[in-house]
Amino acid sequence: MNKTRATTILYWTSLAAALVLMLMPLPDLARPLRPFWLALVLIYWGLEEPGRVGLGRSFLLGLACDVLTGNLLGETALRLTVLAFIVLRFRSRMRFFPMLQQSLAVLALLANDRVLMLMVRAFSEPVIPEWSLALAPLAGMALWPWLFLLLDELRLKTRPREA
Amino acid sequence: MAVGAPSSGSLFATAVASTPRLVAYLGLAIALMVADRRGHYAHTARSFAQSLAGPAYWLASAPVEAMKTVGEHARERGELAAENARLKEETLVLRARLARLSALQDENTRLLMLLDVRQRLGLKAQLASLIDVDLDPFRQRIVLNRGAADGVHEGQAVMDETGVLGQVLTVEPSRAFAILITDASHALPVTVARTGLRTIAYGSGETDTLRLPHIPFSADVREGDALLTSGMGGRFPAGLPVGTVRKVTQGDAGTFALALATPAAGIARASRVLLLYDEPEMLTWPDGTSAPLEGPPAILAGSGAKPEAAVEPAAKAVAPSAVEPRR
Repeated sequence: MNKTRATTILYWTSLAAALVLMLMPLPDLARPLRPFWLALVLIYWGLEEPGRVGLGRSFLLGLACDVLTGNLLGETALRLTVLAFIVLRFRSRMRFFPMLQQSLAVLALLANDRVLMLMVRAFSEPVIPEWSLALAPLAGMALWPWLFLLLDELRLKTRPREA
Repeated sequence: MAVGAPSSGSLFATAVASTPRLVAYLGLAIALMVADRRGHYAHTARSFAQSLAGPAYWLASAPVEAMKTVGEHARERGELAAENARLKEETLVLRARLARLSALQDENTRLLMLLDVRQRLGLKAQLASLIDVDLDPFRQRIVLNRGAADGVHEGQAVMDETGVLGQVLTVEPSRAFAILITDASHALPVTVARTGLRTIAYGSGETDTLRLPHIPFSADVREGDALLTSGMGGRFPAGLPVGTVRKVTQGDAGTFALALATPAAGIARASRVLLLYDEPEMLTWPDGTSAPLEGPPAILAGSGAKPEAAVEPAAKAVAPSAVEPRR
């Protein structure tokens, strides 16, 4: 019982850390490389403990991110809801992919998210598609294995052993 | 691992991720975006949520702040003394310049009085600091540490010591989001200081470039020309430095010349900014209509004949909506 609580704490801590990492100032050159941390952490929990990642929760998380970054309210919420939907739908397949293939799947998810972002923004402002837009999903893919291993290690420590 | 996650978990997941629910949430998100963009219905909710955001901002900027503090402590005493001496010298020079400027301003006031113009002079400004967080690498937005509680309001001009930086976009109780003039969705009415040509400077999405795409081929715009705010549209007071023309080329469509300009303000470097409180100077005519005060050309042109003739068409040349930032 206590151990599931530990997992819950890890879950919320990882999400809070992802939100803060989204805001952390980076040097100018590294800025386009900033991965969509919130999406990466959400994908992890969606794959490993889908009970914790509902569409509603993803929506609220996205709203929190919108408030923090001063975005149009609902933009990130929409993006994360779609992301969670895809992850939950393809969860059974993605979970058993080898790491390399899983990273590629994450790349596809993040790229899809970028396209969605551009589509949403195109309604309200001029959007200039640049090649540098592709950098963040690539950075996300490169980080995925390490993030996965880190979170998995932490989670397995907190998980009840009787199972 | 597979045993760890019971099959009921995945069944639950597919139930949660059903298409009708997705559609419902997407609809909700779209409704929210429209509400946030059209009216300001979502504003109250947003300000409330923002007031809880302080710790997140603090956490995100803490490592950088800490590094800055360590760096300052590590600096040599001699270095600080040298910097102090330099700053004192700079203050002297600036004071001298300021004195000259105020003389010019007095003269300007007298001249405007001669033209029978009522106007308020002097800019009231408030100092604000940037909160050191990155919002979105593809937008040029900043967070300031002053908000509605300090009297900040939407549309207020933001500048640093060298030029116009941007304008306030949304105001929260203790914070404000500002859009920079280099944001791709920002447009700023400017005038070329040398010739008085009025045009609009658009952001390019890059911190070092402004685009001026609507310059007639017949107009005389050269490299090195200074750009000032024209005061049209009513957001920015006239005469603030905006930037310098860097390059003039043929536009994409070939109907207008395109000029690229370097912003005068340190867009990427600013850490302390000024929020201007003054409304732009307005000319009020006896019949109750008002028009934004134009830069030097309108006044020069108007000095011979009736001033209405010179100023009113100019005010119509640019729709005020040109400066409304699109979010």
